[in-house]
Amino acid sequence: MKPAPFAYHAPDSLDEALALLEAHGEDAQILAGGQSLMPMLALRMAAPACLIDINRIASLRRLEETDEALRVGACVRHAELLRHAASVPHWSLVAACLREVAHPGIRNRGTPCGSIALADPAAEAPALAVALDASIHLASRRGERRIAVGDFFLGIYETAREADEMIVAVSFPRPGADWRFGFEEIARRRGDYALAGLCAGLKVVDGRIEQARLVFFGVGDRPMRADEAEAILCGGDPADAQLRARAAEAAMARIEVSGSAEYGVAYKRHLAGVLTGRVLARLAEAGGA
Amino acid sequence: MADPGEDESFRDITVRVNGESVRARIPVRLSLVDWLRDHLGLTGSHVGCEHGVCGACTVVVDGTCLRGCLMLAVQADGASVETIEGATQSGRLRALQEAFYARAALQCGFCTPGMLLTAAEFLEGGEAPDRDAIREALSGNYCRCTGYEAIVDAVAAAAHSRER
Repeated sequence: MKPAPFAYHAPDSLDEALALLEAHGEDAQILAGGQSLMPMLALRMAAPACLIDINRIASLRRLEETDEALRVGACVRHAELLRHAASVPHWSLVAACLREVAHPGIRNRGTPCGSIALADPAAEAPALAVALDASIHLASRRGERRIAVGDFFLGIYETAREADEMIVAVSFPRPGADWRFGFEEIARRRGDYALAGLCAGLKVVDGRIEQARLVFFGVGDRPMRADEAEAILCGGDPADAQLRARAAEAAMARIEVSGSAEYGVAYKRHLAGVLTGRVLARLAEAGGA
Repeated sequence: MADPGEDESFRDITVRVNGESVRARIPVRLSLVDWLRDHLGLTGSHVGCEHGVCGACTVVVDGTCLRGCLMLAVQADGASVETIEGATQSGRLRALQEAFYARAALQCGFCTPGMLLTAAEFLEGGEAPDRDAIREALSGNYCRCTGYEAIVDAVAAAAHSRER
């Protein structure tokens, strides 16, 4: 057995899980899909004293769509959300993004909420949440709160979640028909963590861009919005190639980058520019990609 | 099995394995694939990387393929598990196995159980089995012998024989 010893709890109710979390705090880890946590345990990069397995809590398995939003419970798997999103045109970005999450066997078990809770800067789900302006639902014994995704990611593996809180759901507000979305990532092999990726959304009204969201992953220490590039796009025509080129240049020059030993800052910047150019070109036509 | 130290905690589980109900007392940190192999003798599920990268430990839990190394045995309590042994016996993999044999889609065979189970899930899922889709479906299963070409051929052939 590779993980260090731990105490294991598999509560049937959220109340029990939250009581355990309150009692154990930093010593506890929530186990949802476990597709990141289990390798970390096996490699002993994590050695929590106690695991709280939330897979037996039926209420966390719910995937609910209303006219306003899609609410994804903490135990909804990537594959379930992908199946739902692939069947509905307004969730095209969710589908495009989740198709690139690891491999089928991992998507069958791993969860978008877990990926958001972990906050790996190279993962797709956190950037997807930012691009769709999602809300994160957190619960603790002190009560529930809803936090805007823009305030949630603080750095590598660092979020606004308190030690006694857990994510119970994430909700994606349904985008209007005037939004078009695009997605692309660059990885060395299919299913690998991206070297860089982009989730993009443009709200286009009467041929003018009213709002733009360009969210990079694998580039900075958290999902990064390219503020300058977004500002350049607003008010412009998505079919204007010069405008798109200026936006790509701004994304390349101004995005906040954390380089690694393997991939330097200049290369990440280059990728940010390339991705912006490619995705915006596809969004020039209504419908997007 | 490691010497159960005083901080080792145990649980009783009941799991349906290849159609048979199995009860066991296991350490909570034991992975599902280690339990299947080391405790039940079902050594067809292979342990490669032990952190979710290689896909050799793929098993079917409640109808979906997943990594046997990324799930704890204790989490399978109450679940239904199918391994390569069960899927072979039931005949579910027959067309794929024949195609793998005919096309020599294996050399050492280490990845083959995971390849077969993953390919079966893909073919049963109803997506059009073109070569790109097959490659994508198998992207989480590593083979270090064949270069994949023969495996993709075999899955395509099995898809074709299903259609007939």
